[in-house]
Amino acid sequence: MASNLVQITRRGFGETMRKDGWWWQSLAVFLGFSAFIVYSTWAAFQGAHYTFGPYLSPMYSPLIWEAAGQPLSTHSWLGAWPSWMPNLPLPITPAFLILWAPGGFRFTCYYYRGAYYKAFWADPPACAVGEPRHEYRGEKKFPLILQNIHRYFLYVAIAFIGILAYDAIAATQFKDGFGIGVGTIVLTINVILLGSYTFGCHSLRHLVGGGCDVLSDKPVRRGLWNWVSKLNKRHMLFAWMSLFWVGFSDFYVRMCSMGIFTDYRIF
Amino acid sequence: MVDYRTEVSEGMVVLDAVHQIQAESAPDLACRWNCKAGKCGSCSAEINGKPKLMCMTRLDTIDVTKPVTIEPMRAFPPIKDLISDISWNYEVKKRIKKFKPRPPDAADGTWRMQQSDIDRVQEFRKCIECYLCQDVCHVLRDHVKHEEFIGPRFLVYSAALEMHPLDTEDRVDELKDEFGIGYCNITKCCTKVCPEHITITDNAIIPLKERVVDEHYDPLKKLVKLFRRK
Repeated sequence: MASNLVQITRRGFGETMRKDGWWWQSLAVFLGFSAFIVYSTWAAFQGAHYTFGPYLSPMYSPLIWEAAGQPLSTHSWLGAWPSWMPNLPLPITPAFLILWAPGGFRFTCYYYRGAYYKAFWADPPACAVGEPRHEYRGEKKFPLILQNIHRYFLYVAIAFIGILAYDAIAATQFKDGFGIGVGTIVLTINVILLGSYTFGCHSLRHLVGGGCDVLSDKPVRRGLWNWVSKLNKRHMLFAWMSLFWVGFSDFYVRMCSMGIFTDYRIF
Repeated sequence: MVDYRTEVSEGMVVLDAVHQIQAESAPDLACRWNCKAGKCGSCSAEINGKPKLMCMTRLDTIDVTKPVTIEPMRAFPPIKDLISDISWNYEVKKRIKKFKPRPPDAADGTWRMQQSDIDRVQEFRKCIECYLCQDVCHVLRDHVKHEEFIGPRFLVYSAALEMHPLDTEDRVDELKDEFGIGYCNITKCCTKVCPEHITITDNAIIPLKERVVDEHYDPLKKLVKLFRRK
């Protein structure tokens, strides 16, 4: 191995010869993720205004139990909030019982990893820009070695897509029968975008066929691999669109429930 | 850093400007180049801080009203002016297990494989070994992990071998331990600078990381494999 590697000079934090606006992309990612984290945390703590008629906010779906003090809706799987649930200094809502799954899926997602390592940890701040730390463990050691759990979050995320698809269908069942409101479209777009993001996952691409060197004799796996690969090419786009739309879907249901928005029926 | 002035004319690339400077004012200015067509991978440098091929960077894409900086690749030890010592890369390549095909399919010593199976690794064979991906990789550039990490170029090379339909060699354990694939934190800088537009991260590194997960971090997969063997 070359012994003259000591001659490589490291640059200081933010030091670069780049003359373009290298910082804007990391800043945009930082602001985008921060905005979503702040909003979703706030929405999760509310424990109210997460349903409106046949609509259920995706941040509360699946609704295992109705939130404490909320009237029983048709969306709840197991009925009212159980009395045996411990009282903690911070209120627990139904959202906290389920948000770990999509949160974990996104946190360990290959696209998001690269994006937040740059935006939140400056590792690196941008390509060919100096870093703040000389110590580096990458994903080779604890704690980031745990990112390898991604495929297990994928399995749960796929189940969530089924549940959200059911929610979108249920959003057509109004008190007076079948109908389509703006909320139905919002929730349908939500599951389409989330599905496009989830089914374009790098781990899924590997599991359906990427792990095989010969796919020509496995037509089903080859077809699936081609299909996932097509979605995978736009994984970043769907990651952002679905993130925004989940937040917007919750916001829409919340605003309707609070009486601020009127949910127009298309038919 | 040394300042040079030269006249820019229509259609010039950065390498033309360097050659013009050599002719006009600095005959000893060291610069490595060969084909001038973006295929030999010799003239890699950092132009205004971005790793690029000098022969493929047109000056009309750069603001020449301000000084243009040209530096050697920073992930390797400097030799002189625009030349760095890239010999470390050749040493790394020698450490990767060579292609080991299965026994021939036909009596004449030839093999049969489907085009669709080889299409996937064909992309990796476009690599011109310019080492721009190695240069921009922060694991090498900023953390100098040359002893523990082989870099994007050789992860692509490993992927080309590992995913080849005829290859029977297993490189997964080396990728995890000796070649440090876990150091890659998927910033995709290597993909962004590749002059051959190889989708390094998505098509080579992440699939290899997933193969490492199969072998070392997925208990369910191990269990399935155990039952299949029985």
